[in-house]
Amino acid sequence: MIAFLIKRLMHAVLVMFVISIISFAIQDNLGDPLREMTGQAVSEAQREVMRDEMGLNDPFITQYLRFAGNALQGDLGTSYFYKQPATEVILRHLPATLELVMASSLIIILLSAPIGVFAAIRPRNWLSRLFMGTSIIGISVPVFLTAILLIQVFAIGVTVDWFPSDTQWGSILNGMLSTDGGMPSYGRGELTHVAGSWSSGFFTADGLWHLVLPAISLASIMLPLFIRLIRAEMMEVLQSDYIKFARAKGLGLGRIYFLHALKNTMLPVITVGGVQIGTMVAYTILTETVFQWPGMGLMFLEAITRSDIPLIVAYLMMVGVIFVVTNTLVDLIYGLVNPTVKLAGKPA
Amino acid sequence: MALLEVNNLDVRFAMRGGEVCALRDVSFSLERGERLGIVGESGAGKSVAAFTILNLIAKPGYIAGGEIKFDGTVLNTMKPKALQSIRGNRISMIFQDPMMTLNPVLTIGAQMIECLKAHRRISTKDARAIALHKLNQVFIPSPEKRLDQYPHELSGGMRQRIIIAIALLLDPDIIVADEPTTALDVTIQAEIMELLLLLCEKHNVGLILITHDLGVVSQVTQRTLVMYAGRVIEQGPTREIINDAQHPYTQGLINALPQMATPGSRLNQIRGSMPTLTKIPAGCAFNPRCDFASDICLQEVPNFVGSGNCKVACHMVDAMVKGQPWTPILTDKPVTKTVPLPEVNA
Amino acid sequence: MSQTTPSAATASATTPKTNSIVVPGRWQRFRESYLIYSFKRDWMAQVCLLIFVAMVIGAFLAPLIAPADPYDLATIDIMNSELPPVWMEGSDPDFLLGTDSQGRDLLSTILYGTRVSLLIGFGAVILQALLGVTFGLLAGYMGGRVDAFLMRMADIQLSFSTLMVAIVVGAIIKATFGGAVFSDYALVLLILIIGLAEWPQYARTVRASVLAEKSKEYVDAARVMGFRSRRIMFRHILPNTLSPIFVISTVQIANAIISEAALSFLGLGMPETQPSLGSLIKSGFDYLQSGSWWITLIPGGVLILLVLVINLLGDWLRDVMNPRLYKG
Repeated sequence: MIAFLIKRLMHAVLVMFVISIISFAIQDNLGDPLREMTGQAVSEAQREVMRDEMGLNDPFITQYLRFAGNALQGDLGTSYFYKQPATEVILRHLPATLELVMASSLIIILLSAPIGVFAAIRPRNWLSRLFMGTSIIGISVPVFLTAILLIQVFAIGVTVDWFPSDTQWGSILNGMLSTDGGMPSYGRGELTHVAGSWSSGFFTADGLWHLVLPAISLASIMLPLFIRLIRAEMMEVLQSDYIKFARAKGLGLGRIYFLHALKNTMLPVITVGGVQIGTMVAYTILTETVFQWPGMGLMFLEAITRSDIPLIVAYLMMVGVIFVVTNTLVDLIYGLVNPTVKLAGKPA
Repeated sequence: MALLEVNNLDVRFAMRGGEVCALRDVSFSLERGERLGIVGESGAGKSVAAFTILNLIAKPGYIAGGEIKFDGTVLNTMKPKALQSIRGNRISMIFQDPMMTLNPVLTIGAQMIECLKAHRRISTKDARAIALHKLNQVFIPSPEKRLDQYPHELSGGMRQRIIIAIALLLDPDIIVADEPTTALDVTIQAEIMELLLLLCEKHNVGLILITHDLGVVSQVTQRTLVMYAGRVIEQGPTREIINDAQHPYTQGLINALPQMATPGSRLNQIRGSMPTLTKIPAGCAFNPRCDFASDICLQEVPNFVGSGNCKVACHMVDAMVKGQPWTPILTDKPVTKTVPLPEVNA
Repeated sequence: MSQTTPSAATASATTPKTNSIVVPGRWQRFRESYLIYSFKRDWMAQVCLLIFVAMVIGAFLAPLIAPADPYDLATIDIMNSELPPVWMEGSDPDFLLGTDSQGRDLLSTILYGTRVSLLIGFGAVILQALLGVTFGLLAGYMGGRVDAFLMRMADIQLSFSTLMVAIVVGAIIKATFGGAVFSDYALVLLILIIGLAEWPQYARTVRASVLAEKSKEYVDAARVMGFRSRRIMFRHILPNTLSPIFVISTVQIANAIISEAALSFLGLGMPETQPSLGSLIKSGFDYLQSGSWWITLIPGGVLILLVLVINLLGDWLRDVMNPRLYKG
C-alpha cells in the first residue's frame, strides 16, 4: 500500500512537473508583467532596471525555480483583469465547476450501470435495441449542440403546428410535440454560502433547478459511452467460464449478474472512467460557455480572450491537480476492486 | 431404474446460415455410483453432452428433442428455478480449465460459501466449516489460509482441487467432469485423476468423465461411450471396449495410443479428420475415414447392433467379425478404394 | 456384389472450387470478400454510406452547386439577414434554408462549411495516423526504452483528454500570435492541433497489434531470412495491423469533426468569414433567443447527421472486421 502510494506520488510529481514547465514557458514567453504594471511613459532604461529587480533577466532555471516555489505556496501571480491573486480567482470559480461535474457524474453512474447491464443480459430485447440506438446518436451529438437543443426545447420552447389544429387529434399531437420552455438556462440561480469561497447551488430548489439542463448536457456525451462500454465488457464477461461455472453451481441469476459478472465488468470501466473524467473537465468549458455557468471553464475562456496569462496558467495548474488527484483515486479504487493488483506494482 | 437416463437427445445450434446439429439421438444411462466415460475427438459433441445434462448450453444452442431423466424427473422441461436447485447440489460439474473456472475477483471462501448458501439454509460460520472440511478432503495444504485467498494466488493443480472440493460441497449424486485434467501439467494430471476416483468411490458418487484420453477412461470408468460427429457409435463396459472394440473408429482410437505403437516406429493414427458439424457426410459419418466402408455406409445411418453388453453402430460389424481378420489401420496408408466384401452380404 | 465408391470422390465433391488454377484478381477477391458480402446484406450500412458520399460530394462541389458564394462579400446584402427557411412565413424563395445574421444564404454556407469541416477532419486524421502508426510501430517493434518512453508520453497526453490539449494549444497559439493571424491560418492550425492531440489513439492500437503479430512465426521467419527490421516492419507487420487502423480511423474522423466544431464554437477555430459547421453554430447561437433557431439548428443538424453516419459506418466496420482494438 505504501509502495503504491509512493509510486503514485512519483507519477503525480512527474505530471505536475511537466505541466508547470509548460505553464511557466507560457508565462515566460507571453506574459510581460511590466506591460501590465507600467504605462507607455516608463523609459526603456527604467524598464530594464525593473526587470533586473524583478529577476526577469535571470537564467531560465532560476526563474522556473522561483515560479515553482511560488506555485507550491499557492502563489500563481495576479490576474491582469481581476487585479486579484490568480489562485483566489480560480478558487472562487472552482465550486461551480465541481458541482456541475458531480451532478453529471451522478446522472452517468446512476443510469449507465443498469442500462448497460440490461442491454448485455437481454441483447435482443426491444428496449436494449432502443438504448443502443439512442446511445450512438448520443455519441454523435457534440456536447454544445445538446446544450443548445435543450435550451431551444426546454428554455425557449417549441411550438409545433404541423398537424391541423382545428381537428381534435391534430391539436393533441401539436400540444404533445410543443414545449412551454421556461427552464433556467443562464447562471447558477440562488446560492447558499457554505464556507470560504464555496457557494453551493445544491441546497436551494432554484439552485438545483438551474443545475438540471447543464448537468444533462454534460452527461449526454459520457452516458452513451459508458453504456456501450459496460454492455460490451459485460457481454464478454458473460461468455467466460467462471460465469458458466457459477451457473453450474446453481446460483441465482441475480447473484451471477450483479456480483460475479458486474464486479469483473467494472474493472476496465473504472480504468476508462478515470480517463473520461479528464475529458469531462474539457467539456465543462463548452457546457459552461453555452449556459453562462460561472465556473472555471467559462473563466478560462474569458481569460483567453482577455490574454489574462496568470489566470490561464493558474487554470492549467488547477486542471493538472484535478487530473492527478482523480487518476490516483481511480487507481486506488481499481486496486481495491481487483485482487490481482496488490497496490504495489502496475495493474496486471 | 437408472439414476440418470438420457434418451434420444437432440441438440441443435441455431446459426445464421441455418441449424447445426451438435448431438443426434444420444442415449445413455448412469446407475448410482457408476462411473461412465465419454470419449471422442474434439468436436465430437462430448462437451455439449456434458453441458446439456444441466441445460447449460449457451444461447444459440437448444435441446431439440429427447429427454434427460434424473431420479425420476425430467430435467429438460423443468422450470429454471427447480433446475437451479439441482445444479451444484445433486449434479455438479468440473470444468476443463481451472485457470478460467474460478472468478478472479472473489475469494475461494466466498465462492465455496455462496454455493452452500444457494442450496441450504445455513449460517456463514457453518458453511465455512463445511468448506474447510471439503478442502481437507482434497488434500489442500493449509486450507484455512486458502479460504481467504484469491484464485490467482494458487497454481493450476491447486485450483482444480478446489474446484473438485466445490463439486463435492453438497454431496452430489453425480459429478460431470469435462476434461478435468487436459489443461494441467502431465505430472499433476495423474494426481488429480486419482483424487477424483478416490473421492467418487469413497462417497459413492456417480461420475461422467468426458475425455479424449482412452488411457484415463480405462483406469477410472466402468462403462464407456464413444462419440463421433455428434452421435454415440459404441457403448459398453470399459474393459470390453478396450479389449475388443467393435467399431472401426474405436479400434483406431485404441490403436493410436502410444502403447500400441511398435517401439521405434511412428505412432499410429486415423487418417483424415473429424468433419465439422456443418459438413457431416451422409450415411455413417465415419465413412470417409473408414477402411471397411461399403455402399450402405454411404447411404444409411447405422443402428445399434447389440452383442452382449456392448452396443455398436456400424453396418460392417458382422462382416468384420466373420470375414476379415482385423488389421490395424496404418499411418499414411493409401486411400482404400475397395473393401473385399464377405459372402454373407452377396 | 456392390462396389464401394472411392472415398476420394466424396472428398473432392465437398472441396470448394477454390482449388482451380485460376487465381482470382484483386478486384474479384474484393468483390467476393466478407466485407462486401455483409455490406450487401446490411441496409443500414448502405444508407449511411449513401448519405456520407452524398455529403462529401455536395461539400466538395460546393463552388459549383451552391446558390451563392458566402466568401464573396459583394453578393451579401445585410438587408436579407435572418430570413427564415422557405417553409416558414416571411421567407424569400431565393434562400432555401434562410439566411444567417449577415444575410448569407444558409444553404451555401452549410455546403462550404461542411467542406471545411471535412477537410479538417480528414487532414487531422491523416496526420494522427502518420504520427501514431510510426510511433506505434517503433514502440511495438523496438520495445525496451523506446517503447517505455513513447508509451509514457502517450499515457500522459491521453490522461489530459485530447479536447483539453487541443483547447490549450489553440488558446496558446491564439494568445501568442493574436486573433488576426490565427484566423488566417486557422485551417492548417486546426489540422495540426487536432492531429497532434490524438496520435496516442493510433500509437496504442498499432503497438498492441504489433506486439500480437511480433510473436507469430512469420516474423521470426522473416528475420531468419535476413530481412532488415525496417522491411519487416513495413512489409510484414504493418499490413496485418491495417484492419484495426481502418476501424479506428472512422471513429477518429468523427471525433476530429466534433473537436473542430467544439474549438470553432469556443472561438478557437474557423473565423466567421470562412465558416465551418462549428463556427456557423456559434454565430447562430446568439440569435437563438430571438427566435432565429435555423441559423444554429440547421448546421447543427447537418453536423449531427455527418458524425452519425460516420459513427454508424464505424460500428458496422468494427462488427465485420472484428479487429483487436486497444481497450482502456
